[in-house]
Amino acid sequence: MSKKFIPGVISANDLREGHVVYMNDAGQWVLRLKDAAFLDDPVIADMWLDLANAQPEKVVGAYLAPATLGPDGPEPAHFREAFRASGPSIELPHNTLAGS
Amino acid sequence: MFQPSDFDRAAVRARAEQFRHQVARRLDGSLTEDEFKPLRLMNGLYLQLHAYMLRVAIPYGTIEARQMRQLAKIADAWDRGYGHFTTRQNIQFNWPKLIDVPDMIDALADVGMHAIQTSGNAIRNTTTDAFAGAAADEIADPRPYAELIRQWSTDHPEFQFLPRKFKIAINGAEADRAAIRAHDVGLQLVERDGEIGFQVFVGGGLGRTPMIGKEIRSFLPAVDLLPYLESIVAAWNLAGRRDNKYKARIKITVHELGIDTFSEMVEAEFPARRAAFKGADQAILADLKAQFAPPALPARESESFDTALNVDALLRDWAARSVSPHHNPDYGVVTVSLKDHGAPPGDATSDQMRLLADLAERYGQSELRISHEQNVILPHIAKADLPALFEALRKGGLATANIGLTSDIIACPGMDYCALATARSIPLAQQISTHFRDLGLEQEIGALKIKISGCINACGHHHLGHIGILGLDRAGVENYQITLGGDATETMALGERAGPGFAYTEVIPALERLLRAYLELRESATESFLDALRRLGPDPFKEALYAEAQRHAAQ
Ligand code: HEM
Ligand code: SF4
Repeated sequence: MSKKFIPGVISANDLREGHVVYMNDAGQWVLRLKDAAFLDDPVIADMWLDLANAQPEKVVGAYLAPATLGPDGPEPAHFREAFRASGPSIELPHNTLAGS
Repeated sequence: MFQPSDFDRAAVRARAEQFRHQVARRLDGSLTEDEFKPLRLMNGLYLQLHAYMLRVAIPYGTIEARQMRQLAKIADAWDRGYGHFTTRQNIQFNWPKLIDVPDMIDALADVGMHAIQTSGNAIRNTTTDAFAGAAADEIADPRPYAELIRQWSTDHPEFQFLPRKFKIAINGAEADRAAIRAHDVGLQLVERDGEIGFQVFVGGGLGRTPMIGKEIRSFLPAVDLLPYLESIVAAWNLAGRRDNKYKARIKITVHELGIDTFSEMVEAEFPARRAAFKGADQAILADLKAQFAPPALPARESESFDTALNVDALLRDWAARSVSPHHNPDYGVVTVSLKDHGAPPGDATSDQMRLLADLAERYGQSELRISHEQNVILPHIAKADLPALFEALRKGGLATANIGLTSDIIACPGMDYCALATARSIPLAQQISTHFRDLGLEQEIGALKIKISGCINACGHHHLGHIGILGLDRAGVENYQITLGGDATETMALGERAGPGFAYTEVIPALERLLRAYLELRESATESFLDALRRLGPDPFKEALYAEAQRHAAQ
């Protein structure tokens, strides 16, 4: 039995830089989750995933990331996706050396 | 001091060059990701949640000042100005771009460093006691043996496709500071009738099925080290399960076959393997021992240090936590905390790396070590220099006097970086460390090991924490399981699960209840948390942990 379909967005990592990217309505890779195309039809989601996987020169590890549709566009449906969308939840260390 | 041979340098250069081509071929589309992934992993390059991650080998945690300075340069040039030191005595850079990695690897090669065998189903970096070559309680320096193992295992033709990764740890002192029985093979240096050899443990490991290594030899003469290790790895290479990744580690093989059967398999291999070693390894070992010979440490007076201790309370607090006995009484082994309250455990900024490099050059024979507890060690510091060293560390924000205390937490990267994570680790560590300091309880609680992993892989050694914390995903919400009674030392024990997990915001209050209960329950201020737990059993501690939940249930 196949897994229950969960609506979402196509997400991946940019091949050259490694950062998180999403696919928008025009099939282009964008940086913000809320600009991504929201996919709630399993057949269409599959087609888009195939489209993403056909671009190995641009991205790595494309998958359908669970999302819900909010007033400003897609929102993360799982805390993992929230961290992927907004970066580490911690402040990155910066130079703490006194006087520098 | 040990220096890689010309052969080693050439091999590292050749590998860097090869990887540069592989990256270029991935970027121009001639390699698919499926083809490229094993190649990048062989060079320590992972793809994490937000970026690539490059894991750089620091063999047996030993690093020179100039190499540390180079790591700082790499962090500035191609990352975000910091690096993360890990429980495997490596350093990880969290933000490289694929296009920059060949340059990073070249920069490493410039100082004899690399990222080879820091990933994949190979014999990984052999880890040791971070006080090696300096500690007062040392039987023999484990590093010549660790380097011998590195040379033997690197690109070993028989062991390129092992069932799974393979980790070896060696401890040379009476106190086990290398968690040897949590490794696939753990080696304890021992002396018998004046002869140096090894007590050998096999089949330890953490992850989803944690196991404590079992003794397979009570005394292995040092000359037999490589043929015996080869026999172990060969026996497992044949018998190890390749059908299931989670059952492929040697701990499962040893567990399923029993230590006696596994030992018979190893002994069956051994005579032929021993015959095949014609003594070249012993010549190399003799040379390595000379290269790792202790530095000539001039006699230094230490009275000025004693005087300074009497007048400077800050120095006294710091020295009490951070300075350990050196085999030369004029010297001390200094542990520099990378766990400032509220900071991500194990992170060092490039400025801090440079400061550590400068101080190692100035006061410490240019030597540094990375400990499996994610701190940095300056192994040979004259007591007379400790006040000046302390002052310099303080200016650099590196003099937190918390070694061995509540805030000296091990934490894996967790969901803030790691693609495998099921919950976060670092922010929890940050909050625990500031919480108990702010309560003013840290000193009172005293010796305590808290270890946190962001998933069952147990990279943060949670099974070995006096208090272990394992982050999980429960129906899309972070949830944390607590284990009690783990111990990473010569009295190794695996922690036991205390009960149901806690929500992210419930962890700190639960820990506070637990530690306040400990303060009530302990016999005296010198009875540590672990000792009290062992004396009383887990029940009163579990009660404290779940007190709130019980109260709710009763209402
Ligand atoms: C890219 C990030 C990482 C990945 C993908 C990763 C992956 C894994 C996996 C899959 C295991 C389970 C192995 C098994 O039991 O079969 C493991 C164990 C372990 N890892 Fe990591 N890890 C990562 C980062 C780290 C870091 C940062 C550390 C040190 C802080 C670390 C140290 C360890 C240790 C000590 C173990 C348990 C010991 C054992 O092998 O039994 N790892 N890791
Ligand atoms: S324990 Fe899990 S979350 Fe933490 S580093 Fe290892 S694989 Fe990642």
